[in-house]
Amino acid sequence: MSSAEIATLPESEGFRIRWGDLAPFIALGVIILLGTMINSNFMSANNMLNVITRSAFIAIIGVGATFVIATGGLDLSIGSMLAFVVGIMIMAMNALAPSLGPWAIPVGALVALVVGSLCGLMNGLIVTVGRIEPFIVTLGTMGIFRALITYMTDGGSLSIDRSLRAAYRPLYFGDFLGVPYPVIITLVIALLGAFILYRTKYGRRVTAVGSNADVARFSGVHVGGVRTMAFVIQGFCVAVAAICYVPRLGAATPTTGQLWELQVITAVVIGGTLLRGGKAHIWGTVAGALILEVIANVMVLSDMVSEYLVAAVQGAIIIIAMLAHRFTSSR
Amino acid sequence: MSLAAPDTAPGRTAPAPVLRAESLSKAYGPITVLSDVTLDIRPGEVHAIIGENGAGKSTLMRLLSGHAEPTGGAMAMAGAPVAFTNAVQAEDAGIVLVHQEILLAPDLTVAQNLFLGRELSRLFAVDDRRMNRRTAEVLAQVGASARPWTIVGDLPLAQRQLVQIARALLDDRKVIILDEPTAMLAHDEVDALLDIVRNLRAQGVAVLYISHRLEEVEALADRVTVLRDGKMIGTWPAADLDQRQMAELMVGRELSMLYPPKREPATAEPALTVEDLTVDHGRITGSFSVRPGEVLGIGGMIGAGRTELIEGLMGLRPSQAGAIRVNGTAVAKPGVGALMAAGVVYLTEDRKGKGLLLNEGLGPNLILQAMDMINPRLRLDRKKEAAVVRSAVEDYDIRVRSLSIEAGQLSGGNQQKLLLAKVMQADPSVVIIDEPTRGIDIGNKSQIYRFIDGLVRAGKACVVISSELPELVGLSDRVLVMRGGRFVAELTGGDITEQNVVYAAASSGKDTEGRKRA
Repeated sequence: MSSAEIATLPESEGFRIRWGDLAPFIALGVIILLGTMINSNFMSANNMLNVITRSAFIAIIGVGATFVIATGGLDLSIGSMLAFVVGIMIMAMNALAPSLGPWAIPVGALVALVVGSLCGLMNGLIVTVGRIEPFIVTLGTMGIFRALITYMTDGGSLSIDRSLRAAYRPLYFGDFLGVPYPVIITLVIALLGAFILYRTKYGRRVTAVGSNADVARFSGVHVGGVRTMAFVIQGFCVAVAAICYVPRLGAATPTTGQLWELQVITAVVIGGTLLRGGKAHIWGTVAGALILEVIANVMVLSDMVSEYLVAAVQGAIIIIAMLAHRFTSSR
Repeated sequence: MSLAAPDTAPGRTAPAPVLRAESLSKAYGPITVLSDVTLDIRPGEVHAIIGENGAGKSTLMRLLSGHAEPTGGAMAMAGAPVAFTNAVQAEDAGIVLVHQEILLAPDLTVAQNLFLGRELSRLFAVDDRRMNRRTAEVLAQVGASARPWTIVGDLPLAQRQLVQIARALLDDRKVIILDEPTAMLAHDEVDALLDIVRNLRAQGVAVLYISHRLEEVEALADRVTVLRDGKMIGTWPAADLDQRQMAELMVGRELSMLYPPKREPATAEPALTVEDLTVDHGRITGSFSVRPGEVLGIGGMIGAGRTELIEGLMGLRPSQAGAIRVNGTAVAKPGVGALMAAGVVYLTEDRKGKGLLLNEGLGPNLILQAMDMINPRLRLDRKKEAAVVRSAVEDYDIRVRSLSIEAGQLSGGNQQKLLLAKVMQADPSVVIIDEPTRGIDIGNKSQIYRFIDGLVRAGKACVVISSELPELVGLSDRVLVMRGGRFVAELTGGDITEQNVVYAAASSGKDTEGRKRA
């Protein structure tokens, strides 16, 4: 085509709303609207902040899971990995507390980040070097991490040293200009994730590997490296969630993070990321995490449905989201 | 070419045909892939069907064996009209097709595979003993050493091919169609297979034999039918044809003006030299070099190992190279990245499966391969990406209605141009193109030929793998022909003809007389 013709080409195919990409945000709006109608307390600033803060864990881990799923992988070990990292971090902080005092907290957090990243690296290397399905690999490491935390807590609980509690507590319960710290951390992680995914070469390679690994390989992309790195990002995000988690309850138990992997994967998928890889929506994942938490909150506040059914409703949501996706994308 | 008249009228002494096809045609929508084929198949004969890739051989086989329904013409068995709507009906009538690919369940035993879908049973349980006994008989008939209870996945390829033939022989057959039965077999295994076919003929079975290997056809066939471009050229007694004449009948057409004029012979030092490249653990080996200003064509039948050789060079398959030099500099190891850095790029033949991200836009596709060269920093430069898209659309004449279109929405020709633009982003000095115009229309074809000519005239070196003979002949300054994973002939200048390529690709290559005669 001549340059004159190209100059007249539209840069995009006009202003077309991509309903598929907006769906999680619309769904979130609808659920919030429903919640407001059911209970007037729902919209109170206090309740709202509470809900958002609680969704932080799933959102932070979900950012990492978005990377893994975008490359066509899957990580089932994240819930157990969280418990394991929490356990290691508490042990490190408790061991350092007598000598370092409150400085044990940042050092322990650093240990958590390293351990989390290493856990992810291990998952990634087994998947790529060992050429084993990520589903199988992370099913295995899920069991390993869970057993390790049970062993470390001796079946009971592993609490953080009393001397550290006061200094550490604000990380979950404190706020900056009214915004709770976990919310700020979530925003930072999501912004960082979005930058890496949408604005860097690595992010471009993530989507290329997920949408067609052969094309990536034939284009000279180091497919194994890209996949492994996604697992490392996942491990790092789990560690960040662990750092925010400890001040909330102050202890690790054998049930810490149990079934979180399902919540995280649900959040990623209802956020619009394709489970087979290739299309990734970081902000959709954050919206997905919020949807799950808001639904639980609405159900607790309403008297109509028993809160024991929260998981059932969340399960129904993922199916409905997929059906809606099928419906909107087949047009 | 002086040939006896085609033997289309059945001779008085010939036995009545067991299967007769009358004006058989097949069209998919407006595209006719086979037209007006009239064919007699007699009991106790080996009838060879030969033709180039895409001549319509497979289509004809599929029609005769009920795997596809004809859109015109009729078939008759022993004089009575028949029409098959599926393969089971044809098998019940006594016609069976043995596929070229191995279609066996690898985790089942030989006997289980043979009786798959038609298991023998006693009361409610399968009767393994009876099935194993019958399997042993059939295996002995084809001379297979496999035992009935061997797991098929543990067998070597040749034995699997025999098992597949044995499966066709389980019931009494009148017509057996063998589609490239020797494609996967080694030399001595081929001889054994030819004996099996002779044995079947002696039992009065009619064998339709499709093969690229003309020496097998010469050794085996009683009659030969030639197809070209979906049309029937004729049927001859095999005794009247030698390999040379078969090749000429298969090709039989002239070059069009589609191709740019040939260039002066290149004399510069080679831009790419590959020595003793071994791919797939020795199955394919080759050495070649290409000079700046030269198009090196690589010809051969499908399955000869051409794509595999280049994929090996690119490190996309297990491979080892004695030496790789690009513009005088040694490249330590095969690999897409290392070779791209040295100046060699490869365009895959599978543009949809391995070349383009169909769900992504032009930009992500264009910059994927040469990303580190276009964009040395960690962060993506979106302005630069947009500029790359604009210049690629202009330089390679990619017809788009908007710059945000996804690659999957482009026509085949525009996809091919996009793929060409993508690898050219790395500013290579050697471009290797596998099937440059597969499945694209004539206008885009001629444009791509002109791009290739332009590259080479600009001092780049180009390697073209093509199964389309006119294209190979029309583009290349030099042609290497591959057969069975080895280069068997090198053609230059006036020797580059379709006949010579087919001859080298399909014949045993022992008869060098034919090549000189052309």
